[in-house]
Amino acid sequence: MSEAPRQTPSPSGGGEFRDVASAHVPFPVTKLVLWALVLLIAADFAWICANNPNFGWPVIGEYFFNPEVIRGLGTSLGLTVVGMVLGTIIGLIVAVMKMSDNRLAQVLAGLYVWFFRGTPLLVQLIFWYNMSTLFPTLSIGLPFGPSFGGWDTNSVITPLTAAVLGLALNEAAYMAEIIRGGLLSVDRGQAETASAFGMTRGRALRRIVIPQAMRSIVPPTGNQLISMVKATSLVSVIAMSDLLYAVQSIYNRTFEIVPMLLVAVIWYLIITSILNVGQGWIERYYGRSDRRNRVVQPAGEV
Amino acid sequence: MEAIVQARNVHKAYDDLQVLKGIDLDVTPGEVVVILGPSGSGKSTFLRCINHLEEIQKGAILVDGQQMGYEIRGDRLVKLSANGVARQRRGIGMVFQSFNLYPHMTVLQNIIEAPVGIHKEPKAQAVAYARELLKRVGLADKENSYPRQLSGGQQQRVAIARALAVRPKVMLFDEPTSALDPELVGEVLATMKDLARQGLTMIVVTHEIGFAREAADRVVFMDGGVIVEQGKPEDVLVNPQHPRTQSFLARFI
Repeated sequence: MSEAPRQTPSPSGGGEFRDVASAHVPFPVTKLVLWALVLLIAADFAWICANNPNFGWPVIGEYFFNPEVIRGLGTSLGLTVVGMVLGTIIGLIVAVMKMSDNRLAQVLAGLYVWFFRGTPLLVQLIFWYNMSTLFPTLSIGLPFGPSFGGWDTNSVITPLTAAVLGLALNEAAYMAEIIRGGLLSVDRGQAETASAFGMTRGRALRRIVIPQAMRSIVPPTGNQLISMVKATSLVSVIAMSDLLYAVQSIYNRTFEIVPMLLVAVIWYLIITSILNVGQGWIERYYGRSDRRNRVVQPAGEV
Repeated sequence: MEAIVQARNVHKAYDDLQVLKGIDLDVTPGEVVVILGPSGSGKSTFLRCINHLEEIQKGAILVDGQQMGYEIRGDRLVKLSANGVARQRRGIGMVFQSFNLYPHMTVLQNIIEAPVGIHKEPKAQAVAYARELLKRVGLADKENSYPRQLSGGQQQRVAIARALAVRPKVMLFDEPTSALDPELVGEVLATMKDLARQGLTMIVVTHEIGFAREAADRVVFMDGGVIVEQGKPEDVLVNPQHPRTQSFLARFI
């Protein structure tokens, strides 16, 4: 039998070649059933919660925009922003110190991270708040030498300063490690190139290294920011009137414990959800040089 | 003519490993010097010593009359701070084996970074010169691309434009084609030959014998941390005197 010679041998098993463009996609039965099942369970759970009088939905509605709650929310947000900004600045300094060639700077930075990361934030806050029992007066002077002036500790360390100090210094220890990891992730050749072009170290860090490090710094920092939002609730123990403190003081009067805690929970979830979206934007911004083919290659390019 | 780069008795060691064992080399303005030699001969290290990316332990290197890494205070030689060294490097351009473009900046931003940020050139002027340089390296249409969107050869040509943008008195090329696919080597070498013809002072560490033959004013052959032989390419490459040069070149024929 004479057959036209086949140009390409068929793969093992030997079948005919059929264009994949004509392929059928099987109907995803299992996937749809699972979706339906999960939605059903979720709807049922939502129904149970909505109709459970113990949740006290009317109470939640009543207190959700209560001025005391909103003021507490403002305090929580303010502490988050200030704590995070200060924490990042101090963290950057500590990270750069830890990576410097200077042994003294390395040791100081190492001790800082060791202490503030190694002790609970709650304990640190209580310590700052009770500074006056350790050091009744604060003064500026020479080591072992004369003092140039002093303040009563209790007038300097208010609940606000204790809260800001506690949150920022603790955060700085974590941010230092995150920033250091980010700086280490940048190819060493980049800093070398910058210095070969005559850039000072500070400028190389600012213009070349940090912008590249941001890509690995942003995701864990988003994580830290969300932790920080929740960590601010710890300041309620030092009588700082944050969101948690506000709902606590309300339920101490009304005894509506669960509904008031739910008010706080919902507010925390709203804030963290907004932060998640913001993090996505920032990540896309720092990943922009990674997107390929944004500039269309002209035809005929060799 | 006064030499722009003067190296005297340069010694360099990493711990116990002696890499450079007394290098003497003068490069005059406009000269193209190609340094050849087997891997481990110390040729890249020597190049990096010229702009003080590596510290030398003995000897001296002068670029444009200034001793790299040091300054003279009174009658004493004093080591410069990192930022002091950075200032000394501003007249030297460098092209690296792995391009080292700044990946977060576009091609144009890469080129104007040093002129605007360090040499305080007006931005409009720096941009105009950057575009002229891009045209010279054949990448006029790529100014808004990011390095990752370019081929290796294109990236290296951008890196050359970036180094030229500071109007360097001398350009250092550290194996500029070694990280490239073979078919991309030609475009980079062609760009470098152009620059050589235009009278740029160049010190080139490379394995490209063809480039040395066509573009070099002088070929320097290094082995074991010393200069074994040097001279005009037609002498050193065609009729090498030293047995180590002979055996090295034999592999390329």
